[in-house]
Amino acid sequence: MPFEGKPLSPQRRRFLQDAARASGGCVVAGSMLAWLARDARALPAEALRPPGALPEEAFLSACIRCGLCVRDCPYDTLKLAELGVDAVATGTPYFTARDVPCEMCDDIPCVAACPTGALDPALDNIDDAEMGVAVLVDQENCLNFLGLRCDVCYRVCPVIDEAITLEMAHNERSGHHAMFIPTVHADHCTGCGMCEKSCVLPEAAIKVLPARLARGSSADHYRKGWEEKEAKGGPLVEGLIDLPDRLPGPGTDNLAAPGGFAPAYDLPGVGQ
Amino acid sequence: MSARTHMPAGMEAIEEKGWVRAHKYLLLRRASQLLFLAVFLLGPWFGIWIVQGTLAGSLTLGVLPLTDPLILLQSVIAGHWPELTALVGGVLVLAAYALIGGRVYCSWVCPINPVTDAANWLHRRLDLPKGWQPKRSTRLWILATVLIVSGATGVIAWELVNPITMLHRGLIFGAGFVWAMIIAIFVFDLFVSRHGWCGHICPVGAFYGLIGAKGLLRVSAPNRTACDDCMDCYAVCPENQVISPALKGKSGSTPLILSPDCTACGRCIDVCAVDVFKFTHRFDDKVAAPTDPVPAPDPRAARPI
Repeated sequence: MPFEGKPLSPQRRRFLQDAARASGGCVVAGSMLAWLARDARALPAEALRPPGALPEEAFLSACIRCGLCVRDCPYDTLKLAELGVDAVATGTPYFTARDVPCEMCDDIPCVAACPTGALDPALDNIDDAEMGVAVLVDQENCLNFLGLRCDVCYRVCPVIDEAITLEMAHNERSGHHAMFIPTVHADHCTGCGMCEKSCVLPEAAIKVLPARLARGSSADHYRKGWEEKEAKGGPLVEGLIDLPDRLPGPGTDNLAAPGGFAPAYDLPGVGQ
Repeated sequence: MSARTHMPAGMEAIEEKGWVRAHKYLLLRRASQLLFLAVFLLGPWFGIWIVQGTLAGSLTLGVLPLTDPLILLQSVIAGHWPELTALVGGVLVLAAYALIGGRVYCSWVCPINPVTDAANWLHRRLDLPKGWQPKRSTRLWILATVLIVSGATGVIAWELVNPITMLHRGLIFGAGFVWAMIIAIFVFDLFVSRHGWCGHICPVGAFYGLIGAKGLLRVSAPNRTACDDCMDCYAVCPENQVISPALKGKSGSTPLILSPDCTACGRCIDVCAVDVFKFTHRFDDKVAAPTDPVPAPDPRAARPI
């Protein structure tokens, strides 16, 4: 059936075909690029961003991959990811704690060098850096957990006694020794990686992980009653009757102590 | 048209002007490309820190910041407002290329240019078919796509694949598998598409073409009446669609090559045996007085094929 009215213009047809072809090609190319972009966000756990780095998603919108932070790092900690070699977005700066940790310079030269703010210039105290969080990942091989006094991770920590403390615990194995357990306090840990670098084991028992892997989070509605009680200076709910707590020890229902609830059977090692 | 058409491009110019003059701007361009690379490499190789950083962003003598404006634009679209240093650097680069002519970057600075030039040289020597030739506007579509993807993903999208900054960064900071990418572009330009990468695909070139559309530095064909149609300029020009309006324009039309696609590489000036072209500024539209009738250039007319 022939068309009524004006004949269709071949120029218009040509234009529409070209436009359709070009936009189709762009959709294909754009999808591939977007897929690469998604891929680029997958930062490996052992790759740490420099101090002050924006959260990974924002970082990839801000870092122009110029390498000026790498140039101004006095300890050659930072490097730029190489194409196909490092599993980090190509050309972006990162460091591996076990190779060269961050020395936490007071003047933070890498942040000062960043022209775009991908490393946030608001970071003016290196102790506030959040490059990651150290986690004592292997309690079975950590020498301190075996009852030895290695303490190296504690000693090298630039925020010693705040980011890592040694917590005394009873050594059940020997029965009469103490264990000094290296304990990381995430609020103070900058993720510099000195502990991981210095761990004397062939494979470090303490590792710096990105916060997303290292940390859990508390639900918004959780309240720590004892903190709120202390803040208020009294019971949170008036008129509550405080019943005696059943604590172990004499005068309670401690199974091993007289006066408590006595089971009908003999407990080994407990006098009749 | 004559027997001269069948000589390899540029041979006639070499015979007329000597090898050096017939390669003047090519040599100058290679020197310029080397210089731009050298100032970046002096630091990491010899400890002479004139320039730090890469083409994406650099700091010269500790005071002058320069930033790639296209990367900055993607960053803004991706949702990050850069710090002042990067913005100042971007504006400086933008202003420089807007003033001089945007695609001067392509032929005088870009480290990929020697790669695609080499591919094209071999392409000519092997007399290969020109292959896939998408429209010249393809690169503009790709530029738009890159900006849209940057906005949609929040990632500076073109830097995930940009061979220019990858090669440059690779030479300065360590290459990884960048060489594979360079070989891919070489092969693409050699076998798949003549002038394919720089002439049709690269959105960086498209971007510089846009910002430098009104740039001052232009190639002109003031001596166009002397043209003997040997076609050598068309053979060597990476954007040879820009030549005809200037060279073959009606009398009274401007002899200036005003297309923003012209990379101001000057190869047409080099290979022209009768010196039709020259570098000039965009307000110089003088045409040499036509000498009528055009004298047949005797020494070349009788040359055998």
